[in-house]
Amino acid sequence: MNELLLLSALNGLVIGSFYALMALGLSLIINLTKVINFAHGGFLAVSAYLAYSMSPYVGFWGALLIAPILTAVVGLMIESVAIRPLYGRDPLYSLLLTFGLAYVLQDAAQFIWGAQSLPFRIPQWLAAPVSNSYFFVTGYRVLMIVVMVVAVGILFSTLYHTRLGIRIRAGTLDLDMVAASGVNIRILRNLNFGIGVYLAGVAGVLAAGVIGLQPAMGESIIMPSFVAIIVGGIGSLIGTVIGGLLIGVAAGIVGMFFPSAAELVIYLMMVIVLLFRPRGLFGQKEILL
Amino acid sequence: MNGPAKSLAVVGLLALLISLPYVAPLFGIYIGLVTRIIILGLGAVALNFLIGFTGVVSFGHAAFFGLGAYGTAMVLKYFVPSTPLAIILGVLLGTLTAVLVGALIQQLRGIYFAVVTIAFGQIFYYIAMQWHTVTGGDDGLTNWSGSPIGIGSMKLHIFNDEVALYYFVLVIFIISVAIISLLLKSPFGRILLAIRENELRSSFLGVSVNRYIWVSFVISGLFMSVAGSLYALLNNFADPHTLHWTMSGDFVMMIILGGIRSLWGPLLGALLFVGLQDVISSYTEHWMFVIGIIFMIIVLYFPRGILGSLSLRLKK
Repeated sequence: MNELLLLSALNGLVIGSFYALMALGLSLIINLTKVINFAHGGFLAVSAYLAYSMSPYVGFWGALLIAPILTAVVGLMIESVAIRPLYGRDPLYSLLLTFGLAYVLQDAAQFIWGAQSLPFRIPQWLAAPVSNSYFFVTGYRVLMIVVMVVAVGILFSTLYHTRLGIRIRAGTLDLDMVAASGVNIRILRNLNFGIGVYLAGVAGVLAAGVIGLQPAMGESIIMPSFVAIIVGGIGSLIGTVIGGLLIGVAAGIVGMFFPSAAELVIYLMMVIVLLFRPRGLFGQKEILL
Repeated sequence: MNGPAKSLAVVGLLALLISLPYVAPLFGIYIGLVTRIIILGLGAVALNFLIGFTGVVSFGHAAFFGLGAYGTAMVLKYFVPSTPLAIILGVLLGTLTAVLVGALIQQLRGIYFAVVTIAFGQIFYYIAMQWHTVTGGDDGLTNWSGSPIGIGSMKLHIFNDEVALYYFVLVIFIISVAIISLLLKSPFGRILLAIRENELRSSFLGVSVNRYIWVSFVISGLFMSVAGSLYALLNNFADPHTLHWTMSGDFVMMIILGGIRSLWGPLLGALLFVGLQDVISSYTEHWMFVIGIIFMIIVLYFPRGILGSLSLRLKK
């Protein structure tokens, strides 16, 4: 029984890491630019497919390193062509633009790599259990949690200790003021979008090793990521990470006993949070409006 | 356009809609397609009540569309074969859900409101996919039928007479749009416009903004579920896709295509949307790619929609 609980909690932590990585990227973009990026799941899929195509040449580790960067470059280009003109307009328009973009990315992936699902090879030793007594702790699961922790660590130290990060944080509070102090906010928003897409890309490569590749693979992860943001509170990145892990673990534990209710519990948590704390667990009140 | 010209246009449009079952086949257009356009148009008009006239963006309205559809289908399949009762109960299901969801989110604004509606919409999709025994899961609900609808001594066999179904849908569409139009002209509607234009000032005037947004959300959800209920009757099928977030996005796109500031624009938007989908998918199976690109171009270069851009031209 104890082992079962541990297994499901670990499972949940792994799923939660996906949600947290995805949601962090979404959150970064929402906070600075008020753009809800529907295409985030599309970027996740693009990165996964790129990793699939390059892994015969550069191996799993090379793909994990390069594919998200390439995806981020795609994101930077799309931001500067299609999303930049919409800043300052009603958020409805950027929402719709990324909605169209989500269609485009998904269909492009299907066009290039086909509609059937593809397997993604991971190194043999990663698929094996780490220890004999806990057979379910595979190296890959450990890797996913490690990558999440490292990514979050790097992101937060960037945000708190580099000039770029400080500007991004300042921009989420008052972008006009940041622009007035002489910061080029075009570049700032562009890089911020790139970082967000990069995180989705990392999540994509990792997800490919678990669920395989499918053009619509981002769809099953993007909705819980929205919930992670709502539970954690819009405007708070720490909240987003905690929200993601929280709903992941809840889904993991409930899914162990009632598989079909795994995702329902996520939404239930969202409803409870909205009932008792509409701004989310860590959301600041002033960012709400 | 002002007074007489506008009423002339509306009369012309009505005449066209009434004659369509006889005109459309001449051009090789299947009447079921026209019915589909009008139903989706009703949904888009309903959603625009909230987005265009209250200024609140919901990206999860497919929930009410789908609930209307599933409610109607479930009543007909499991309880009684009475079509009018099924429509009423389907609409009730959608509307009550809108009341509950609206109560939870009325105090949220802007993108936060949008994000939460996205997530809420997905709940019902998820339930429909998982609760196999009742909702049919991925396959949806099929194999059901209802009684003909009696009006006086006349019977409308909407399940096997396409033209009868078309007129039935048209009548409901006209009544619904008339109600929405009257609401918008009433003091209540004026307050919604005021909230859209300046929420802070409206609240200074003593308007309880949250309450009004809630009511607007519910009205919009109500007519959305009417459209959903009709959609199930048209297809004889309750489809889980009607609950999906892409459906919500498609409705918002219809609004933008037609023009966000106009009452009738979304109907035109639905026409363009269904037309585009129909034409593109007859040429390539990658219609999602093409329609996605078109969405992006419209958003970037024609943000006022087709009607909006046209009327701006006319004014100049």
